[in-house]
Amino acid sequence: MPVVDLAKTTKRDLNAQLHALPANTNETEWRVENPQGQHALAAGLDAPVTVEIAGHAGYYCAGMNQQATVVVEGNVGVGVAENMMSGKVHVKGDASQSAGATAHGGLLVIDGDASARCGISMKGVDIVVKGSIGPMSAFMAQSGNLVVLGDAGDALGDSIYEARLFVRGEVKSLGADCVEKEMRAEHKAALQKLLDEAGASAGVDEFRRYGSARQLYNFHVDHAGAY
Amino acid sequence: MCGIVGLFLKDRSLEPRLGELLAGMLEVMTDRGPDSAGFAVYGAGDADHVKLTVRGTDLADLPAKLGVTGVLRDTHLVLSVPRAEEDRVRGLLASEYPHLVVTGAGKRIELYKEVGRPADVARRFALSSMAGTHGIGHTRMATESAVTTDGAHPFSTGEDQCLVHNGSLSNHRSLRRMLEPQGIRFATDNDSEVAAGYLSWKLREGATLAEALEAGLDDLDGFFTFVVGTESGFAVLRDPISCKPAVMAETDRYVAFGSEYRALVGLPGIETARVFEPEPARVYAWERG
Repeated sequence: MPVVDLAKTTKRDLNAQLHALPANTNETEWRVENPQGQHALAAGLDAPVTVEIAGHAGYYCAGMNQQATVVVEGNVGVGVAENMMSGKVHVKGDASQSAGATAHGGLLVIDGDASARCGISMKGVDIVVKGSIGPMSAFMAQSGNLVVLGDAGDALGDSIYEARLFVRGEVKSLGADCVEKEMRAEHKAALQKLLDEAGASAGVDEFRRYGSARQLYNFHVDHAGAY
Repeated sequence: MCGIVGLFLKDRSLEPRLGELLAGMLEVMTDRGPDSAGFAVYGAGDADHVKLTVRGTDLADLPAKLGVTGVLRDTHLVLSVPRAEEDRVRGLLASEYPHLVVTGAGKRIELYKEVGRPADVARRFALSSMAGTHGIGHTRMATESAVTTDGAHPFSTGEDQCLVHNGSLSNHRSLRRMLEPQGIRFATDNDSEVAAGYLSWKLREGATLAEALEAGLDDLDGFFTFVVGTESGFAVLRDPISCKPAVMAETDRYVAFGSEYRALVGLPGIETARVFEPEPARVYAWERG
C-alpha cells in the first residue's frame, strides 16, 4: 500500500501520482498521512482505487471524483465531493458548507454533521448524512437523494427541482416550493438501499420525504404583475 | 477574501507562548490575505496606566518628549501612560504630532498593523516574543479599497476593544451617521471600523459582549465573520447566510478560531481538540474567569 506523508511530499505531487494511475492499476489502496487541512486533496481522481486520508482535509476534498473511493478519517472543509461523477466519498467527521455541491453521481456519506448548503444544486448524487445538516441545504437540487438521519436547518430544498429529500429528524423550515410528500413503497425501498450502502442503521418508517411542489418550474403569464 | 485568526487561552501556562502561536496561525492565512496584516494582543497591564499604541515615524524620542515610558517595535510605539496623564498625553499627540495615529488604547491591549506579507509583519513587530491572555489577527486581501495600513485590521474603537472582520457591510454609511452623533469616533472610511464602533456603542450602553453581538444580527446588514476581543472577553459571530468561512477548536487549554482549519494545525493538542464550525447567526462568547 503506497503511503504518502504530506509532511514530506507536496499535495501537488500526491494528486499527480493519483492522476497518473491507469484504470487497471494494482496500486489500489493508498493512504495519505498528515493532511493538516490542506485543500483539494485527492481531487480529480479517475481510477477504481481507495484513498484513505488520515486526518482533517480542507476545501474541495475528492472534488470531481470518478470511480475512486475516498475515506477521510476526520473533518472536511467547504465543498467535499463537489461535482463528483461516480465513486464513493466517506467522511468520518463533520463536513463544512456545500458538501456534494453540483455532484452528478456516486455516494457521499458523512458520519457527522454537514453545515449550510449541503447538496446545493445536486444533480444525481446520493448523499447520506448521519448527523444533521445546516440551512439552505438542497438549494436548487435537481436530482439524486439526500438522506439525513438528524435534523435539517432553515429553508430545506429551496427552489428544488426533482431531488428526493429524506429527513428523520426535525426540519426547521422548508424553502420555497419544497413540500412534504407521501412515502410510498418505492421510496421506502430506495431509502433502505441507500441506508444499507451507507452503513446507516435507521428504520425507513422513521423518515419523512420532501420534494418539489413544481410550482416554480414555469413562468405563468398570470403572475407577470408580480415581477 | 481575508483570513482571520483568534486565540483565547484558558491555561495560564500557555500565556508566554501566545504571540508565538498566533504568529504561526497568521502566517498560514497568507494565502487568504497577502497584502497586509495586523493583530491585537492582550498582554500585561495595570489599572493605573493606559497603554496607547501609536503608529508612525520618528517615534524613538517620543516617550521622552511626552514624559512617559514606551516600548518601540518598528513603526509602532506602545506608550504606558499614567491614567492621570492620559488627557495631557492625548492632547499633545493631537496638537503636536498630528501625523501619528493611535491604533489602540486600553489597560492591556496592544494593536499592530502594517502593509506586507503576514510573516514579515509578524517578524517586524516580534509577535512571537509577545505574551498575553488572548489575541486576534487578520490577513488582508484588499478587494474594494487600496492596500493601506489604515485599511488593515484589527480596528479598535473603544478601550481594550478590537475587531477583525471577513466580509463586507452594506449599511455601514447609515450606521456611521447614527453612531457619530453618539460620540463614536472613526479614524477611517472602512466598513469594518463601523462594525467595531457599533459594538463599542452597545458596550458603552451597558450590553455584554454577547448582547452587543446579538443586537448586531439585527442592525448590521451584509456579510461578516467577526472575531472580537475585549479586556476579558473573546467572541465570534457569523452572519445568517454564513458567507465567510470559520472553524473553531476548543480544548481545556484554549479556544481558537481560524478562517480555515489549516490555521489551527500548529496548536498544541489540536489532534484531540473539539473542532467545529460555528453556526450562522449564533453568538459564541468566552469570558476570563
